[in-house]
Amino acid sequence: MKHWWKFVAVLFVLYAIIAGFLMDVPALPILHETIRNLYFHVTMWMAMMVLMTISLIYSIRHLSGFKNEHDIVASEAANTGLLFGFMGLVTGMIWARFTWGTWWVADPKLNGAAITILIYLAYVVLRNSIDEEQKRAKVSAVYNIFSYIMLLVFLLVLPRMTDSLHPGNGGNPAFSTYDLDNNMRMVFYPAVIGWTLLGVWMMTLKIRIKKIKLKKGL
Amino acid sequence: MKKLIAIFYFMVISVFAFSQEVEMAVEMRSSGKIYVVVAVLAVVFIGIVFYLISIDRKISKMEK
Repeated sequence: MKHWWKFVAVLFVLYAIIAGFLMDVPALPILHETIRNLYFHVTMWMAMMVLMTISLIYSIRHLSGFKNEHDIVASEAANTGLLFGFMGLVTGMIWARFTWGTWWVADPKLNGAAITILIYLAYVVLRNSIDEEQKRAKVSAVYNIFSYIMLLVFLLVLPRMTDSLHPGNGGNPAFSTYDLDNNMRMVFYPAVIGWTLLGVWMMTLKIRIKKIKLKKGL
Repeated sequence: MKKLIAIFYFMVISVFAFSQEVEMAVEMRSSGKIYVVVAVLAVVFIGIVFYLISIDRKISKMEK
């Protein structure tokens, strides 16, 4: 049974949808029921981080062997990661509208997330602008390492060094410190695993399509 | 002693007030309507999953 992890992905996300709506959550001011967004907004970013890490690993592997296969994995992982990044951005905006009162604030975490997405969009543009395959693979692999470091800086380092509205940054407590009670953990962790595996599944589909296209010379 | 009683009184009041202030969707759950939304979401998600599975199978066929 080689598809077992796909079942795990579907089961966990389905569980997150059902339990995420029905299980008890702590009653907090401002947040109210929107605290349940934790199972859907944060998990998008977790899935994106894993996919971008896969992309980085395969970019490095490509640079130490120049196998075309590794380049395909790196690019499709970044593409799928971008989708999850966009979802994270949009879901975050909706959440912000109804808790902070506005779609967007010039906050280090929010702007960092937007810059990260732009950096990876530049990766896609860079790939499309080079026609020669081996050159494209090499240049984009080097750029991908750079963009991953930028992701770490803009998403994880900089927001923690200044004040930020976003939970988990700049003295602002994350859910994990006291809000995320054990009930929420029981949904949050499976949700992270489920969404991540679902993202990996989508990535493998894109990789296989690309390989078929390459074989047929499309 | 009077002060102590007063402090205790305000503590109780504040805890009571705090627990009442935060509105949660209690009514939505007690009237059972939230289950409808959960069911709809589950159906949507399962539909997407079946679509993914069908794509997966088509690709498997093409690979052979």
